[in-house]
Amino acid sequence: MSTDTSYEERLQAFVGREVIARRKGQDAVNQAMIRHWVEAMLDDNPIYTDAEAARATGRNGVVAPVTMTQAWTMRGLKAHLAGTGGGAMSELLALLDEGGYTSVVATDSDFEFHRELEIGDEVDADEVVAAISEEKATGLGIGRFVTTVRTYRDQHDRVVAVQNWRTLRFKPGTGRSAKPAEEEKPRALRPRPAINLDNQFWFDAAKEHRLVIQRCADCGQLRHPPGPACPHCQSFDWDTLEASGEGTVYSYIVAHHPPHPAFEYPLLIAVVELAEGTRLTTNLVGVEPADVTIGMPVRLEWLDADPDLTLPVFRPVTEQEQ
Amino acid sequence: MSIDFDAVQVGDTLPDDPIEITRTLIIATALASRDYQDVHHDPVLAVERGSKDIFMNILASNGMVDRYVTAWAGPNARVNRVKIRLGVSNYPGDTMTMKGTVLAKDEQARTIDLEVVGENSLGNHLSGTATIELPETIELPEVTA
Repeated sequence: MSTDTSYEERLQAFVGREVIARRKGQDAVNQAMIRHWVEAMLDDNPIYTDAEAARATGRNGVVAPVTMTQAWTMRGLKAHLAGTGGGAMSELLALLDEGGYTSVVATDSDFEFHRELEIGDEVDADEVVAAISEEKATGLGIGRFVTTVRTYRDQHDRVVAVQNWRTLRFKPGTGRSAKPAEEEKPRALRPRPAINLDNQFWFDAAKEHRLVIQRCADCGQLRHPPGPACPHCQSFDWDTLEASGEGTVYSYIVAHHPPHPAFEYPLLIAVVELAEGTRLTTNLVGVEPADVTIGMPVRLEWLDADPDLTLPVFRPVTEQEQ
Repeated sequence: MSIDFDAVQVGDTLPDDPIEITRTLIIATALASRDYQDVHHDPVLAVERGSKDIFMNILASNGMVDRYVTAWAGPNARVNRVKIRLGVSNYPGDTMTMKGTVLAKDEQARTIDLEVVGENSLGNHLSGTATIELPETIELPEVTA
């Protein structure tokens, strides 16, 4: 992480600033550029090239594809080759270069279209910086996310489209792999737990990073896994107790086969006995299989496996911590 | 032919559309969108900048969503919004398969929200939503002799 405060301040000073002043596109909306676009995109929709077909759909005539809006405001090859266009955007890019963020990749685009452009329309655009993130390690490299808002208007000053645009500016060669794309491929999801009315409270609590134990409201006996009735006194009344998170390894296995794409192998599956007395099946983390022993003290950690699943896992407590 | 708004149901799936990602497609779409960033046409510079090859630009990714949803909905449809997240790159030699599902329908506004994914051999190139509108078509009165 960068510790250069003055650099951070200089960067954050760009947030809220207009980095590209309202600038008119080089050419009015025209058939040649539309044709070039739809042919390149392999788009056969007739409303882009056939005035009669466009009129048959209630339009005045040929329209430009809405996703082409930005193309009308691009500054062209000559200006591109001449270098940056000057102004605040150049200053921002120079500052990012200074920080080593010389590579760029677009990550998100949210484009809202207010009207379709017709032949002869003139489009302009301005761009304002909405946010610059702190430095982050990504698959492609160490970098910062830069979010800007572009507003496109026509010759009558009507807003044609608004685009929220996020790019990652990163340091080349600092990624996790020479093949970043493969690295970015998401791992398969863990198998879904079979959630029902009797155990939902337990998984809901896990999502809030609370490990709860079901307790009989009549006799006070703790039980796990969750169930509708107390095996001790058969009462259906229950409440919960929040576990301290301390426990010991009661038993464990090292799974090698069959591999499931959600897991890394060898996979440590353990029965952990909680300080409160109940046991649960879980995974051990931060330890090699050879170093696990029965009775080993372990402490709760939370695994946010995916947006829909949070599970408790346990890490050995070091001697120092004991 | 355009789809019948009333016949569209939430959960309907759009037919898959596989798109061959050729160098020609990547470069032609980059130039048609007037994006002259070298990573979209120069393989040597693309590698120098940390990529494995040239890759499709985001204007083209947006264009592919536009093309996919309007090819399904027909020429009457207007595209109100395209919101996408970019994942893995579209490199030459790959195939991106466009997939879509009807997420929601607004009867009043006559809009349809579509979940759209463009998937290649590395994972999702793009994923997001597109909103299209199908304005009421004017029924012409039958001409009687």
